Amino acid sequence: MTSPTDAPDKSAAAADTLRGGPRRGRVRTGFGRGVPLPLLVPALLGLAFLVLPLIALLVRTPWHSLPDQLTSPEVWQALKLSLLCATAATAVSLVIGVPLAWLLARVEFPGRGLVRALVTLPLVLPPVVGGVALLMALGRNGIVGQWLDAWFGVTLPFTTAGVVVAEAFVAMPFLVISVEGTLRAADPRYEEAAATLGASRFTAFRRVTLPLIAPGIAAGAVLAWARALGEFGATITFAGNFPGRTQTMPLAVYLALQSDPEAAIALSLVLLAVSVAVLAGLRDRWMTAS
Amino acid sequence: MTRSARRTRRTLQVAGAGAAALLALSACSSSDDSSTGSDSSTSASSPDKLSGTVTVFAAASLKESFTALGKEFEQEHPGTKVMFSFGGSDSLAASITGGAPADVFASASPKTMAIVTDKGDASGTPATFVRNQLEIATLPGNPDKIASLKDLTKSGLKVVLCDKTVPCGAAAQKALDAGKLKLTPVSYEQDVKAALTKVELKEADAAVVYKTDVNAAGDKVEGVDFPESADAINDYPIVQLKDAPNAEAAEAFIALVQSADGQKVLTEAGFLKP
Repeated sequence: MTSPTDAPDKSAAAADTLRGGPRRGRVRTGFGRGVPLPLLVPALLGLAFLVLPLIALLVRTPWHSLPDQLTSPEVWQALKLSLLCATAATAVSLVIGVPLAWLLARVEFPGRGLVRALVTLPLVLPPVVGGVALLMALGRNGIVGQWLDAWFGVTLPFTTAGVVVAEAFVAMPFLVISVEGTLRAADPRYEEAAATLGASRFTAFRRVTLPLIAPGIAAGAVLAWARALGEFGATITFAGNFPGRTQTMPLAVYLALQSDPEAAIALSLVLLAVSVAVLAGLRDRWMTAS
Repeated sequence: MTRSARRTRRTLQVAGAGAAALLALSACSSSDDSSTGSDSSTSASSPDKLSGTVTVFAAASLKESFTALGKEFEQEHPGTKVMFSFGGSDSLAASITGGAPADVFASASPKTMAIVTDKGDASGTPATFVRNQLEIATLPGNPDKIASLKDLTKSGLKVVLCDKTVPCGAAAQKALDAGKLKLTPVSYEQDVKAALTKVELKEADAAVVYKTDVNAAGDKVEGVDFPESADAINDYPIVQLKDAPNAEAAEAFIALVQSADGQKVLTEAGFLKP
């Protein structure tokens, strides 16, 4: 079976980059042999640049007051809400993102390049801009939101559902890119074989394609979940900030920083620990399965 | 021999370039949006002749009036330029204590000013230059017929407040306490402009903000006065910073803010005299 990383396809490569590059274990070169210094020095500098702020956070953590900070009901409330909303946003992304990725990878249609660019736009868009755009679309006065309000009495801003929407908007492109890359690398001949045996295109997708790309989907889902967990700008712009309803951990960190920096550091540490645990724990299980 | 020497040199070059890039990055992030420093060498021989850039960190609620005062200052002192950084007083204070190169700090509460003075970053004592009163901002035409602070507690009404950690939120809480009212907003916003924006966009029905912000928003919102606001008036202190890159211009700007001219601009914006 062709594994995703073997394909020279561009989007597969892009998905690989997002997933952390080609698999570990393939490059078995020790530092002592074959690594030129002009590469090693900037590489270590780059590593230090990315890791140093995290170390600083650990160094400055108020360990003595940490137990009090972490057992406070507000922190639990924010953490619970963060985990819930990130999971819900990932579920939403899976339900509509996987079919979208399939469409982009398997169906030729005019303007596909443009559609792909639009799908990945939230990746580069400042999240606050995403939040403003969501308000214009789904707010109480938005072009779609006003009808939601008039017909169903549903308003998304200031609700937990609004948080999920904001997080899904920002996180879904990670899943779509990941899954599309895996799909492009997966051999379509399996689906063709299924079709010759009488399976409809949907059956082939369900019974053949989905199992084939499961690791890619899992990788995309983890990325999307992690991105949703850290989402701040779109959430505070679109969903506001209310403890227990829309105040996720990143919002709690930002507002704690204004009055109680120690609490902000403690909260950041929790978020960091959760993110690292999930990325590290799931990486080996899902992302290295070929 | 020569080859390995060359290689070492090249390695050093690359490492140097990397370090320089890192330094440049960190320099960018610490200096924010202000670019003073370079042109701050005002000659001491002619104290009347001001020049260079004066950087003013000011509370978000001062945006409109200070922008006008900045233009006036530049006209009075040709060759000078006033740069502003407007934001939540707390985050501005944090930037200053973190080493942001600013000349003047004007905050929306003595509490946030104390963050700067406690760290010894201020030169002299802060002076209260205006006071600000709260007002309810409602949708144009006041469709929900809000006439008092108590009306905001009606169920079904979407009200936003500032977060209690920022001055406008602390003041709103004080006013609610004074009226013995309990209010559950739909959101605690991170600064006064964010709260007002939610009403301007018609996402919220009302917000408790400063009178000056309601004035500045023009006809996009309607203001409703309420008596409890008298119990929650905010003092605005201004101070010259100790490490001010352009101390003379900073002094002159503060003088302008406190002058009759400056006070006129500020009271027209809705601020109260101290």
